[in-house]
Amino acid sequence: MRRAPLFGLGLLLVTGLASGPAPAQELKDLYFGEALYYAHQGLYFEALERLDTEIKQHDGLDEPQLDTLYYHIDDADFSLGDFELRYRMHHRAGRAIKAVLEAAVDDVIRNDAAYRLARIHFQKNQLAEALHALDRIDGKVPESIRDDIEFLRANVYLAEGRPEDSIEVLENLQDSDSFGGFASYNLGIAYLQSGHRQEALEKLNQAGGITTDDPAELAIRDKSNLVAGTIYLETEEFESAIPYLNRVRLDGPFSNQALLSAGWANMAVDKVDRAVVPWSILADREVTDSATQEAMLALPYAYGKLDVHGRAAVYYGRALDAFGTEVDKLNESIESIREGKFIEALVREEIRKDKDWVVRLRSLPEAPETYYLMDLLASHDFQTGLQNYLDLADLRRKLVEWQSGFDAYDEMVEIRGDHYEPLLPQTDEEFRELDSRMRLRIEQHKMLVRRRDDLLTTPRPEFLATPEEQAILAQLDALELQAIANASAMQRIKRLKGALVWRLETEYHERLSEFDRNLRNLDEAMALAQTQYDEYVRVRQASTHSYVGYEKPISRLRVHAANAVQKIDLLMARQGRVLEKVALDELVARRSRLESFGDKARFALADSYDRATQAQAMAEPQ
Amino acid sequence: MSKRRNAALLALVTVFLAGTAVSQDLTGENMKSLDGQVQEIKSDVLDIASDLRNLEERLLYPSGTQLAIFVAVEEQQDFRLDAVQIEIDGELATHHIYSFNELDALQKGGVQKAYAGNVVTGDHELRVTVIGKTDSGKDFSSSREFAFAKGVKPKTLGVTLAEPGLGSDGIQVGDW
Repeated sequence: MRRAPLFGLGLLLVTGLASGPAPAQELKDLYFGEALYYAHQGLYFEALERLDTEIKQHDGLDEPQLDTLYYHIDDADFSLGDFELRYRMHHRAGRAIKAVLEAAVDDVIRNDAAYRLARIHFQKNQLAEALHALDRIDGKVPESIRDDIEFLRANVYLAEGRPEDSIEVLENLQDSDSFGGFASYNLGIAYLQSGHRQEALEKLNQAGGITTDDPAELAIRDKSNLVAGTIYLETEEFESAIPYLNRVRLDGPFSNQALLSAGWANMAVDKVDRAVVPWSILADREVTDSATQEAMLALPYAYGKLDVHGRAAVYYGRALDAFGTEVDKLNESIESIREGKFIEALVREEIRKDKDWVVRLRSLPEAPETYYLMDLLASHDFQTGLQNYLDLADLRRKLVEWQSGFDAYDEMVEIRGDHYEPLLPQTDEEFRELDSRMRLRIEQHKMLVRRRDDLLTTPRPEFLATPEEQAILAQLDALELQAIANASAMQRIKRLKGALVWRLETEYHERLSEFDRNLRNLDEAMALAQTQYDEYVRVRQASTHSYVGYEKPISRLRVHAANAVQKIDLLMARQGRVLEKVALDELVARRSRLESFGDKARFALADSYDRATQAQAMAEPQ
Repeated sequence: MSKRRNAALLALVTVFLAGTAVSQDLTGENMKSLDGQVQEIKSDVLDIASDLRNLEERLLYPSGTQLAIFVAVEEQQDFRLDAVQIEIDGELATHHIYSFNELDALQKGGVQKAYAGNVVTGDHELRVTVIGKTDSGKDFSSSREFAFAKGVKPKTLGVTLAEPGLGSDGIQVGDW
């Protein structure tokens, strides 16, 4: 019965992990939303890949507060750890959650992270670390996980062999809505571990009497009754055991074991006719179940005790036939596993899409081995190994799919190169010419802007003379030098110059306005030219970027993917062998047990025939 | 039947169960060591996936022409979304039929990247058609057109869906 608490803990973990991904709030970052979209579908690889990339990009920003992920960064860090946990990457999940713990975050978030970290450690059987994480919980604790934290703490104490500490915590959880039945059951186990048998039985009695219609609580109720009944059986208090065993539901997961034990308890107090009832029910159930197989042997034994030897012989014969068939089936299954069919069946896509796929495996005609492996398939170690195997198979499928894309990328890059390379030299030549002209114009434009700005502060009317006026002025200056001795000519030149300066001075403001207007128009034209220039530069860069610089990343990815496939093949082979070995060991043990049962049945059958014949012989003379 | 015999038969069951536990424990260490290696390879493949995504984005959707369209469902909307069709400039860009899980993920706040592609800079038209069933079980199909401008930077549009009601087709599109 030492294994009982572990089952209780297992139930707790499944319940704990079934809660949903990060809580919803107004979404500001699309890529975080996309990660949640995959996470909500249980596609944690896809969710992780997106969120991990997004967080890395965010962390690399100079001003992260301007990024949309900034509003969700605590949730995102937390979700990253959560997704890693769900994708069974405990090492990374632990790191991510520790990072949240060490960040300056709100109590509620830090305490939630500490709880999750503790749960990871507990799953990995790192009990001291789990307690350390729980001890970091301080300040405001989210209401939704308050009981979960205490329940986990109690379970860690139990697993550490500190039942007294566990009792103290569990006593406070007895009124918890979420853990009522579970807390009573675990408290019973804690009392049992600490040697308080009577208190243990009282708590198990309490957990075994709860009124509920919740399937998980019904299961723990049955489990409590079965454990209580078994405690009494172990101390040979058979009468006390019977009521508890009778309380176990006939259609629950513990029904078979309870029926079997109820039969033995009745036999022990010589209520043979009452033992026949549970065993008769059990003997008609699924023949692969070990309790059923034992009942098939126990039932005729009870009939023998009732001196109904004929019927006993019939049932022994039936058991013998059934055991023979089952041994054949097991032989087939063992052979099938050795041929690798078990692993093939486990990774079948159509089976795994069903959430009850483990159960559905039974319906696969080509995988007979699964009939005997239901308990094994449900065990934590096997599930971990199996999930790893399935994850590896998924990763392999992804990598192979990606690998098929590398050739296409290479071809795409080659086609683009073939297209652009002959065009670019000519285009670049034209661009260089355009570029030098563009630069010249830009310089000219800058000079004009400077001149206008100067004119605004220091008026220089001659700067605004038209080219004709400038030519006339130059001509007049030249004539002035020639006519220096001719007074009347000088007079005329000065008059003409005066008329021209008059015009320049009086029209200065008008001319400056027009200059400014023209310059503004030129600004627009220059802006348009600059846009076209930038557009060209972008397109030119894009054309290069479309085929240059891909060779190394593609070839690096090709190598990484090939190495990963190689590693995965190796790991799948090793993981597969481990799973097959565990399954084979289980089946060989079941076969050996059945063979032993068969021997007993054969002997008992002969004995029953003898007794039936003797009884008949004794009856005949009368 | 004697109590001793009963105890012996009970012990048979216990021994059997214990045998199963031992065989599992024998491989437990193996499983743990493999588990660590599986976690490492998962990490490696995630890195490959991330690098590959970056490479694909650069190669297939250069930033100058990149257009991404995301689909989200408004909070607290229980209508059944069957399909979304998106057309850009009259050409079918994508048509997606939602599974139960996908719809559930949208209703819980997930955002689906419905389309990634390339468009030239300039003005474009987007037409979104939604097919589904209202909360009261009535079939509906609604469509709406939007104009958007593609600049030199990557363009991201968000389509937010709600159940159509009075005067509303339940489709909103915005820059994200």
